[in-house]
Amino acid sequence: MTSETDTSNTGQAAPQPDAASGEIVLKTEDLTKHYGGVHALEGANFELHKGEHVAIMGDNGAGKSTFVRQITGVEQRTRGKVWLYGEEVNFAGPLDAREAGIETVFQTLALADDLDVPDNLFLGREMTKLDWLGPFRFLDYKGMRQATIDGLNKTAVKIPNIRNTIRYMSGGQRQCVAIARTATFHSKLTIMDEPTAALGVQETAQVENIISTLKAAGEPLILISHNMRQVMDLVDRIVVFRRGRMVANLRKEETDGQDVVAYITGAKTGAEFEGAA
Amino acid sequence: MADTSHGTGGLTFDKTKRSWPNEMNILLALIIIIVIFEILGQVLPYMKGQSFLFDTKDRFDSIFNEARLQIIILQVAIIGIIALGVTQVIITAGIDLSSGPLVAATAMIAMSFAQTELVNGNPNPKAIFGTWAMDLPVVVPVVIGLAFGAMIGAINGTFVAYFRIPPFIATLGMFLVCRGIALWWSEGRPVSFPTEQFAFIGSGMMPVVWFLSLAVIFHVILRYTVYGKHTYAIGSNEEAARMSGINVKRHKVLVYMLASMLAAFAGIVLSAKASTAQAGMGEFYELFAIAMAVIGGISLTGGRGSIIGTVLGAMVIGVIRSGFTYVKLDGSYQLMAMGGIIVAAVILDQWRQQRAAAQS
Ligand SMILES: Nc1ncnc2c1ncn2[C@@H]1O[C@H](COP(=O)(O)OP(=O)(O)O)[C@@H](O)[C@H]1O
Ligand SMILES: [Mg+2]
Repeated sequence: MTSETDTSNTGQAAPQPDAASGEIVLKTEDLTKHYGGVHALEGANFELHKGEHVAIMGDNGAGKSTFVRQITGVEQRTRGKVWLYGEEVNFAGPLDAREAGIETVFQTLALADDLDVPDNLFLGREMTKLDWLGPFRFLDYKGMRQATIDGLNKTAVKIPNIRNTIRYMSGGQRQCVAIARTATFHSKLTIMDEPTAALGVQETAQVENIISTLKAAGEPLILISHNMRQVMDLVDRIVVFRRGRMVANLRKEETDGQDVVAYITGAKTGAEFEGAA
Repeated sequence: MADTSHGTGGLTFDKTKRSWPNEMNILLALIIIIVIFEILGQVLPYMKGQSFLFDTKDRFDSIFNEARLQIIILQVAIIGIIALGVTQVIITAGIDLSSGPLVAATAMIAMSFAQTELVNGNPNPKAIFGTWAMDLPVVVPVVIGLAFGAMIGAINGTFVAYFRIPPFIATLGMFLVCRGIALWWSEGRPVSFPTEQFAFIGSGMMPVVWFLSLAVIFHVILRYTVYGKHTYAIGSNEEAARMSGINVKRHKVLVYMLASMLAAFAGIVLSAKASTAQAGMGEFYELFAIAMAVIGGISLTGGRGSIIGTVLGAMVIGVIRSGFTYVKLDGSYQLMAMGGIIVAAVILDQWRQQRAAAQS
């Protein structure tokens, strides 16, 4: 473990006691991504502790999704380092990240419309029988169905019939299917990029319910969201991005909606980030 | 377990609540077409009240006119074998136009290793190779034919998956190449006089046996194996499949290889049935194979379709052919009717999908 808890970096005067002593799940240092001349992400120093739920907020185009893509290997970063549970990682693709235990719900959902719920949950990692048959090995439909029901029950997700194709499911149900992967596979870190942006009130409540369940189970989470109420309800800490830079790192108890908005709009910049933005 | 409710979420996987399978509609259409011919047999004055499908000769042991049933399925069996392969290709949102000419090329090549040395005591007048290639065990031409198919399929798949050539273009190119190979192989001359063993592959009802056994095998593969699941996933959302860790490129090559091997096998069966191979064989087979899949409810945009549907689609084409012959309308009417039915099948399917979308 190379995880020294370098709190001066994140700059909080009094970090959460449990977080400070806890294991560091994810740490980035000087994480940077340029698209040609566009500095979409610039020198992000980020830390996530065991059991912690952190929100990333910021205007559209602030670099939030870019940040996620650099961590999960969807893109190759321009500069910087990433550690997962103390081990330095540089994923070649999203699969490597998933195999390492990072489950991501991307802003654009990666689901196959013509398959049903268990098929989508287990796509690419099916339970199988008669493995000596190679690509023609048989699917363990029963096992996958049971695991799907267990996973969905854990998150109290309501889906009328898991054996129908997901083509005609509502946005909320589809989002829940994507999120249920996390609960089914016990990931080490869950990242959700605007999971409720396209959802109605009830569907949003359902997704928030899942997030609370993950919190209770001690599973760490990064939540990208524009919804202030949601963020205040759900997370321990809020990180604000503006124009590709981290401009604030706020514990929930020590801030409020107005304060966060001030950081988002640029009216305020965290003392330790002066000169950054 | 018919209806199980789980926990607070109220999750169910009630088998009876699964949506009405598309295949039922095709079965229904098939029955309607048969009824139409049955009625025509009664009302058309020159038909003298013959029955299309039922035995009218008043034998005790049979209800159906078995001879007609056999002909219906026999005349679509060989193209049906091709359709089993093109079904899988279309499910991945691809297309394979090369199968008809591949039938001819494979027939020529396989037959060249299946010839007998002596025909009625005289040397084989159509001999391609020397005596070393005569009277070989039947596995030799079959394996050579299938290997040739696998090679063509691997090339198709590689162009589609790795060089990102649109499947229509890649297989259109292969369509011409294969016809060229068939013509070049013996400079246009037919290859004939196979061994008895080889001829047996295509004799009598053997094409039907091959077609139905392969249909069962590929039905199981598509529905119950990882290969099948990934085939549907790729056609449904290629990006999601890739993100899920499926090796999409390698999988596509495998799908095109299997499709071409099935077409090659159809070529082997066809040449065995005809006891000869000719460069012009298999004309329009690729289009009829695609038509079977389309009538069977496949979606050309990928992700949807089934072997059962394609088999029923083949039966529809078989029934129409037999039916038109039965009411004494010639081939030109058959083609026009078939064209109408293909378009009607697609229109009905689109209508059904829109209704399903509106209901949910
Ligand atoms: N592939 C790309 N090529 C060029 N510019 C990009 C690309 N992806 C994102 N950007 C730019 O980077 C900035 C940050 O985008 P993004 O991370 O998506 O913001 P958000 O915080 O809304 O998720 C934006 O200015 C966006 O236009
Ligand atoms: Mg974004």
